[in-house]
Amino acid sequence: MFDLDNTRQIFGETLAEYGVKNKKIVVLAADVSSSVMTTFFAKKNPERFFNVGIAEAGMIDTAVGFALGGFIPFTNTFAALFLRATEQIRTCVAYANTNVKIVGSFAGLSDAKDGATHHSIMDIAIMRAMPNMTVIVPSDSIEVKKMIPLIAEHEGPVYIRISRAEMPIIFDENHKMEIGKGVVMRDGNDVTIIANGHLLSRSLEAADQLNSRGIKARVVNLHTVKPVDKPLLMKCARETGAVVTAEEHSIIGGLGSAVAETLVGEIPVPIKMVGVADTFTESAKDLDPLLDKYGMSVEDIVRAAQQAMKQK
Amino acid sequence: MVIKTKYPPELIKKLEDMARQLRIDVVEMTHCRGQGHPGGSLSPAEIMSVLFFHHLRLDPKKPQWENRDRFILSKGHACAILYAALARIGFMPFEDLKTWGCIGSYLQGHPDRRKTPGVEMTTGCLGHGINIGAGLCLSAQLKGLDYRTYVLLGDGELQTGILWEGAMLTAKYKLSRLIAIVDCNGVQLDGTTEEIMSLEPLKSKWESFGWAVLDINGHSVPELLEALDKARASSGKPTVIIAHTVKGKGVSFMEGKAAWHGRAINDEEYQQAMEELKENV
Ligand SMILES: Cc1ncc(C[n+]2csc(CCOP(=O)(O)OP(=O)(O)O)c2C)c(N)n1
Repeated sequence: MFDLDNTRQIFGETLAEYGVKNKKIVVLAADVSSSVMTTFFAKKNPERFFNVGIAEAGMIDTAVGFALGGFIPFTNTFAALFLRATEQIRTCVAYANTNVKIVGSFAGLSDAKDGATHHSIMDIAIMRAMPNMTVIVPSDSIEVKKMIPLIAEHEGPVYIRISRAEMPIIFDENHKMEIGKGVVMRDGNDVTIIANGHLLSRSLEAADQLNSRGIKARVVNLHTVKPVDKPLLMKCARETGAVVTAEEHSIIGGLGSAVAETLVGEIPVPIKMVGVADTFTESAKDLDPLLDKYGMSVEDIVRAAQQAMKQK
Repeated sequence: MVIKTKYPPELIKKLEDMARQLRIDVVEMTHCRGQGHPGGSLSPAEIMSVLFFHHLRLDPKKPQWENRDRFILSKGHACAILYAALARIGFMPFEDLKTWGCIGSYLQGHPDRRKTPGVEMTTGCLGHGINIGAGLCLSAQLKGLDYRTYVLLGDGELQTGILWEGAMLTAKYKLSRLIAIVDCNGVQLDGTTEEIMSLEPLKSKWESFGWAVLDINGHSVPELLEALDKARASSGKPTVIIAHTVKGKGVSFMEGKAAWHGRAINDEEYQQAMEELKENV
């Protein structure tokens, strides 16, 4: 199948290297820098690394000050812990439209062991609801690597997820990325599966299984949840007539909602959403069995595709 | 060293032995689970022993007894030692500790009040304990109950802003039945509290927020017994016990090291840790 990569380490190394070249980058940490691996940045660019202690809300406002002062601040903690700073992000980042980058690490269920307090199943919903916010969910470590310079050079607030778990390597160095542009991974005209993050590799596996049953599924990597790639979604809906979304997030407010909101008034095809079904999750030793238990298995995607096709 | 104390030596010995036992339990659990937070679970062993095996008014047969003392593990990542203490006083079967963190277990990676008997509040994100404790104390006043609420905090946790909102609130309402204990081990996740965000002068910070402050050796059972009794007798002010401890206490290679904040224990390390802990029993 796929080889695995240590996504958060690649994030840490990439940010560190990029920070050597772009002296406007400052990195803020909230006492989890060794976990989210901004320690690489701290080593290479110590004068532009600031550990604010266990103070997530304060970290955001400090970053806002850096943005006003002409820097490009990257704020870092666990995705679940940024929720403590939601008002600061709403008012001082999104509404004030300041150039703050928010890196939600340990995203989704990837910090499997630590349990529901540390799983983030609503971060995309919250961030996506904020005007001016760009929301990115990379699907492998290559995408993480390619995205860091892109979001740094994008003027405005950005939220990006980083997984704690190792991720299957899907792309190679030639992969072309653009914020807001989805990527068709596999062609097919029976149904479209739209996915990102850990669910992209699972969706590709689901497409293989569907193929062996004679169903040609198109698979789209929607790494940018906002702004959503409306032309691509319309094209897929028109050409395949049925859509499945798959994400490591609640089915309320995430990728699935973004897709449904885009299509409902234009081309209302049947849509099935694969994700966490409005419930809190639990601790597990590893991510994969947890994804399976909470409705994000390959079989769940296959079943959703078949159901969506039936409703055409 | 002989410490002059009014507490009977048998009581002190019993509580010291229990602290050692809880440390062994923590190392067993962390090794078996392949992850956890050994450093900050080992440092409060005497605190937990004195609270759960002597001081707190609890009845494991009646976990919902309305006038029981409340204990909130605000530093929820140290749940291994809470689960061990709860099991050892009879809130749950001891064998169940093995299921900690497995799919389907009622023992989560951080405390979950809906799943685990004896866990008063769901925690894991730092900084909530004081405000929640204040709400519990105000409820007791309105209902005419006399239970006390104990909140165990980490020193790194004191960096969270909401905690100080709670500190002001507690003093405003003179909630003397709230007793905060800081497991002051001087180390957080990324390094020492001194490097990351200094808390000093900690004693006068709390005093200036209107709290009575007791500064003690958190590994000394007699000092803990005395401080908790003093705090229990306090009126007009909430009390904070700043209990100076060592992160990873009892396992030489973990002591004082941030690297052992949240790390699995491999087989070799487990052997060595158990030898050291058992030697001391
Ligand atoms: C709000 C919040 N921020 C960050 C974390 C991640 N985290 C867990 S434990 C910890 C360090 C805690 O240090 P301290 O309070 O001193 O605990 P101890 O040393 O006693 O383990 C951090 C940063 C968290 N759980 N909650």
